[in-house]
Amino acid sequence: MRDLSKVRSQHLDILKEAGNIGAGHAAAALSQMLNKTIEMKVPGVKVIPFNEIGEYTGGDETIVAAVFLRIEGEAPGNMFFILPVKEANRLAQRLTGDLSIDFMGDSLNEMGISALNEAGNILAGSYLSALADFTHLNMQPTPPAIAVDMITAILSFGLIEMSEAGDHAIVINTEINEKGTGPAVSFKGHFFLLPDPPSLDKILNAFGVHQNE
Amino acid sequence: MNNLIKVGMAELKVAKSPQIIRTSGLGSCVGIILYNEKAKVSGLAHIMLPDSSCARAGVLNRAKYADTAINDLIQLLGKEGVSSCLLKAKIAGGAQMFKFSSKNESMRIGPRNVEAVKEILCRLNIPVLFEDVGGNMGRTIEFNPATSILEIRTVSKGLVQV
Repeated sequence: MRDLSKVRSQHLDILKEAGNIGAGHAAAALSQMLNKTIEMKVPGVKVIPFNEIGEYTGGDETIVAAVFLRIEGEAPGNMFFILPVKEANRLAQRLTGDLSIDFMGDSLNEMGISALNEAGNILAGSYLSALADFTHLNMQPTPPAIAVDMITAILSFGLIEMSEAGDHAIVINTEINEKGTGPAVSFKGHFFLLPDPPSLDKILNAFGVHQNE
Repeated sequence: MNNLIKVGMAELKVAKSPQIIRTSGLGSCVGIILYNEKAKVSGLAHIMLPDSSCARAGVLNRAKYADTAINDLIQLLGKEGVSSCLLKAKIAGGAQMFKFSSKNESMRIGPRNVEAVKEILCRLNIPVLFEDVGGNMGRTIEFNPATSILEIRTVSKGLVQV
């Protein structure tokens, strides 16, 4: 087992590439879904001590809508597609045509949740299938689950597997944006890929890096 | 400003009046407050896992596990002159943030954390005067050792004082 606090920068670059491949395909899928141009930022890969997760996400209590999938197969892990709650509203509204959808509202909108679930499913599915094709590792997502809550509370749930092995999380974070429509209407989402610690070696191996290099 | 002590995930700290101690974004994690109202001293731990015996190799972060974190809180409070028989507890957290069917035992980590914390406190004869646990929402908690008041903030219910 790798000690995450000693992961080397060349390994981080490789994981960045994994984020690139996955999110690139997801951005293309979203672009088709919305018929808009979606851009992707260069992924960030970070090894973060648990007690700094809150600072990393820009505030423990930022309220977000999150679609969570557990990855099963040869390289298990956790995956989140996270949107600020306003943007989740906008995405669900665009997908359903129902402008009354509000995930912060009192009454749960089944259509809205179902639309967001499906969007998360398609996006995460394209992320994972691209990564699985490239690495030749078998990875399948479980059906998605949704929560709207504080970002740290949500992310911490995906850190349990890592917390059993160490005190650092390795986070592969890719931001996707709607292109050139100004901040008022721009769409911004994050993919967080949190590989289980044994999966890290498998992913690195698949990119041609071997143990103890 | 500096009177606010922040406790991160898998951390534990002690606060004395007039300080206030806070931890943010408890999901499946549990926030454990041990305090004594006369001494106006309190300790807060933000634990992630129920039991340190499941720890794998390497250096053990004792603040991450219910058993070792409670033990260390008692030690730290002992250094402040509060013996463990004078301590009381308030706990919050242990939610299940996502609902879906899976065989994976880690999905039930919130309830397991709560069970572990309560069992350990019971064994140590530390009374739990308040608990806000379970459910499916994240919580931010803030404790004031001067008044023994705990503030719990959630997205759906806003701010509650107990």
